[in-house]
Amino acid sequence: MLNDWLFIGVFLVLAPVFPLLALVIPRIIAPRKPSPLKNQTYECGIETVGESWVQFRIQYYIFALVFLVFDVELVFLFPWAIAFEQLPIFAVLEGVLFVLILIVGLVYAWRKGALEWV
Amino acid sequence: MGDPVTAISQWLESLFLGWGLAPGWVAIIQAFIGVVAIATFVLLVDILLVWVERKVVARFQDRLGPNRLGPFGLIQPLADVIKLLIKEDITPIGADRIVYNLAPIMALATVLLLWAVVPLAPTIVGTDLNVGVLYIVAIGALGTLGIIMAGWASNNKYALLGAFRTVAQMVSYEVPMVIAIMVPVILAGSMGINTIVFSQSPVWYVVTAPMAALIVLISAIAELGRAPFDLAEAESEIVAGFHIEYTGMKFGLFYAGELLHALTMGGIIASLFLGGWRGPGAETYPILGVFYFFLKSFFLYWVIMWVKYSLPRIRIDHMLNFNWKFLTPLSLVVLLVTAVLHKLLVGLPDWQYVIGMLLANVILFWGTLYVLRRYARTERVQVAEPMPVAVPPAAPMSSSQS
Amino acid sequence: MTGIQIIFIIVAVVTLGAGLMSVITRNLVHAALWLVLALLGVAIFFVLLNASFLAVAQVVIYIGAIAILMIFTIMLTRRVAVGSADSQLNANWGWAAFIAVALFAGLVWLLSGWNGFNITAQQMSPRTDTIRQLGTALVSPSAYVIPFEVASILLLAALVGAIVVAWDRKS
Repeated sequence: MLNDWLFIGVFLVLAPVFPLLALVIPRIIAPRKPSPLKNQTYECGIETVGESWVQFRIQYYIFALVFLVFDVELVFLFPWAIAFEQLPIFAVLEGVLFVLILIVGLVYAWRKGALEWV
Repeated sequence: MGDPVTAISQWLESLFLGWGLAPGWVAIIQAFIGVVAIATFVLLVDILLVWVERKVVARFQDRLGPNRLGPFGLIQPLADVIKLLIKEDITPIGADRIVYNLAPIMALATVLLLWAVVPLAPTIVGTDLNVGVLYIVAIGALGTLGIIMAGWASNNKYALLGAFRTVAQMVSYEVPMVIAIMVPVILAGSMGINTIVFSQSPVWYVVTAPMAALIVLISAIAELGRAPFDLAEAESEIVAGFHIEYTGMKFGLFYAGELLHALTMGGIIASLFLGGWRGPGAETYPILGVFYFFLKSFFLYWVIMWVKYSLPRIRIDHMLNFNWKFLTPLSLVVLLVTAVLHKLLVGLPDWQYVIGMLLANVILFWGTLYVLRRYARTERVQVAEPMPVAVPPAAPMSSSQS
Repeated sequence: MTGIQIIFIIVAVVTLGAGLMSVITRNLVHAALWLVLALLGVAIFFVLLNASFLAVAQVVIYIGAIAILMIFTIMLTRRVAVGSADSQLNANWGWAAFIAVALFAGLVWLLSGWNGFNITAQQMSPRTDTIRQLGTALVSPSAYVIPFEVASILLLAALVGAIVVAWDRKS
């Protein structure tokens, strides 16, 4: 099994090399004439006002939070899914119960209005 | 065997062992050569994709598309690459240089990494990881991070807004996608993608689990950020989204990553639901499997393009509502129904099992359509109701309009 | 020294360095990105321990969800921490350092009496599917079915709590 991961590990090391090569070539052959005007932040032609760090709405946070809970639950379910063939029917129903509790959470978030983008 | 890749790999192994190298080093060199081969091949396909994409969109829009350079404009992507290479690279003022340069590398590298577990043929596969499906999800998470890095490091409001929209969309649609991907995992009893392909006999999972396949396809389109889910680069609102400040080859890497990601998603869905390399004769001649695999991948890629160039962009609240209030509950129902039914029917003869699963999916599909139609009807009534905004003029028509 | 040991040492150095950087860097977003690198290092440790499922779960949950949640949270704030001149220490740093050192000393003391360092793990047969065994154990009544369902309830409680705290209609 470590042999499988050896391939992934080599890939993990090599994968950034290809895009890096594509970035090195322009360094050599492309022109470089930066000027303050050219390097301005692009904003449809007018000069930028204020900082780029705009304050974000809480909604992004809520969705990430709901996603986090779902993500953890789904990862729990994967071993159950793999062992599915060998499981007796009541064990299958335990997984179903797990999913139903997940659905309760979704319904709660829905009824509470947390899934609303307003 | 009839499989050149395995033959070359074994020949190299015996060659290196003959030189007296330790087996560990031989394994590393083999992995190295395999990675370089896969990545180079995939990147060459990526260059071709530029041509495919431009040609197909042209046909959808009743144009000719690139047709000047070479036969059917086939050399056009090479010209594009050369143009990107000699473009000046601009770094905006106030950008976080290291993160700014790291982001496009991550964007392409994460897509390349997905090909480590995608089987091109029964024997031609990077590695059949026993957690392959979750590996794909994990690499997708790294890709999300690359987008955040690009948006934040550009020091641009549009870029940051675009990045946040993309990430909100990607994490949202990951939920139904992971739930629906669990269906083939249950049916095959494994997370290894090659194992899943092997177990798709006598029928592909698209027959026994069409609803799951559809959900994965829809959420894959959303993960890719393609229309109708291309809010990230809504030109009319935030110009180009997270890669607005990128020029030259750095933009090229995002572009190449996006195209390749679409084909990769096609390949993954093809492996999970359309039987991957399966086809007549693929078991005996693995090279045929590569052909079938790319046929199916390109078919799905074409479907994704078809959707992209046919549908208008949806609004962000609609996008999130569609995911959390429709796709996620639906995928949970599909998962439960498929799991329980599979357990009940698995002892039956093949044809009864297949018909049972298919019938359940058809009923589910019909039920979904019914619910959607009712929802659309109430929505229409709400919109159609007369809403008095101003009191109509009381004066008679003849005198007012003279 | 075997290859795995060399990889272990490299990854350990990178993980510790990334963890340290995430604490001492002044830029909050950089801190989050360093943390991602540290978490990736932990995932590689799981791989080296032959625990592939934990490795991918680590990446999916910690990098895919928690790190992104952290960055969203940082973005919710006003530009507070980029290059701010304030000291990174607050008034209680002495107590915090004391507790940290005490905890570390306690761990060292606990582990010094443990004889597990010299035991080599048994070679697993390549056919063992640990994930399948985990899946069976999670739902079998003689093993972990109660914790499994309790975890579900716990996550439900976390979701409800998060919504109650973060989503206040009145504000």
